[in-house]
Amino acid sequence: MKYAYFPGCSLHSMAAEYDHSVLEMCGRLGIEMNEIPDWNCCGASSAHSTNHLLSLAIPARNLSIAEEQGLDVVAPCAACYQRLVTVQHETRHDVKIKEKVNKVLGDRSYEAKNDVKSILDVLVDYGIDNLAAKVEKPLQGLKVASYYGCYLVKPPKICHVDDAENPMIMDKIMTALGAEAVQWPYKTECCGGSLLLSNPDIVLKLGRDILQVATDAGANCIVTPCPLCQPNLDTRQGQINSKYGTDYKMPIFYISQLVAIALGSHKNNMKLHKHLIDPTELLKVI
Amino acid sequence: MSIVNLSEIAERNAGFAAQVLEESGEDVRRCYQCGKCSAGCPVAFAMDYRPNRIIRMIQLGMREDLLNSRSIWLCGTCSTCTARCPRDVDLCRINDTLRVMAYREGIKSKVKNEVLMHDLFMKFILKYGRIYELGLALGMYMALPMNGIKDAGMGIELMAKGKLNLLPHKIKGAKELQQIAEAVKRLEAEE
Repeated sequence: MKYAYFPGCSLHSMAAEYDHSVLEMCGRLGIEMNEIPDWNCCGASSAHSTNHLLSLAIPARNLSIAEEQGLDVVAPCAACYQRLVTVQHETRHDVKIKEKVNKVLGDRSYEAKNDVKSILDVLVDYGIDNLAAKVEKPLQGLKVASYYGCYLVKPPKICHVDDAENPMIMDKIMTALGAEAVQWPYKTECCGGSLLLSNPDIVLKLGRDILQVATDAGANCIVTPCPLCQPNLDTRQGQINSKYGTDYKMPIFYISQLVAIALGSHKNNMKLHKHLIDPTELLKVI
Repeated sequence: MSIVNLSEIAERNAGFAAQVLEESGEDVRRCYQCGKCSAGCPVAFAMDYRPNRIIRMIQLGMREDLLNSRSIWLCGTCSTCTARCPRDVDLCRINDTLRVMAYREGIKSKVKNEVLMHDLFMKFILKYGRIYELGLALGMYMALPMNGIKDAGMGIELMAKGKLNLLPHKIKGAKELQQIAEAVKRLEAEE
């Protein structure tokens, strides 16, 4: 398996441990990731909040470069994935939009021939049974709340998972790794990622709700494929505890960290020291 | 007491709904006000007009109220409303369109911080080709010093853990992105 790799800005700064663990995981699975040369930001929520055509053209530049390589594109960041897959969807379904995008791209062209995939798609393509067969260190003792967040699963016409309300893909992956997949009702609730810098109080409330529901369900950790959700729940946990008088110490993992550990990567190689909530004590159970 | 005929008002002000349809592809006349969008919206509690009212206001042509509302900027674009709508109205996309309209017309939102965040974000993308997280955070803290004070402790921890790059990374294609933005402006001016 071979893909064009779009890390996105978060994976090159706040979420460096996600980037690192995705590449480690893929290396162990024999999945080749070719970073898109000179990739640019996907535009995130700011581009589509201010100009629709620009919000398609900015990420289209990346897809165009990947198309030259003849590869499908993998974007581990849920927000980047949503922006890229939106471009793919709109240009495939609307000829006029495709024309306009190509017009503003100048010398480049984008035919929407390649697919855009999330990190969950990559693991599903690999095969969850095949993944289970490669597990060297089962994650027994981990009670994992699979937190998909919103961008990877919605809107359902564009972001295709098994079920936008109660997705099970990541739960099945966690079970395949030997962990217990705790069932809880907040799998796809929004953490408020896009409001982090402008309205932090809203974000703290949403984070508190998610941590509480996961705790009530008996989870001892949360796993996510989103580099907005992870820092929101991890780095803000102290502020949530101060504001609400709670005492959460919930480790928040990236999916690739847990997959790589189960495949035999050493936990010390997962850059877990970058997390504010230290998961080392919890990982002693496996 | 006077009687207000909402159907008449909606008919008289149908131009706004038509404009929203033209720009977003979404027809608000489909909405039958079940309220599922508001029930599921994670930020409805903080909004001045809840999601189902946004649609009703478009139907009634309440353009100025909506483009000046907090709601359109507080929407976190999670698409839960869209996922659950039994009438297949993509409200998340409509909110995009309302934000774009307000932004284009330079309407100073009551949620100025949101507009500032998008301004800074776009500035960094077009200048460097990638987002400069530390620059974005510092820019926002200058506008919202209280948030800066609250986040100072956490910020120090993040720096200590090497989670934030001190300097921006500029891609070779940054100029290409500026040209794309210029081309978008030209194309829109022609239309």
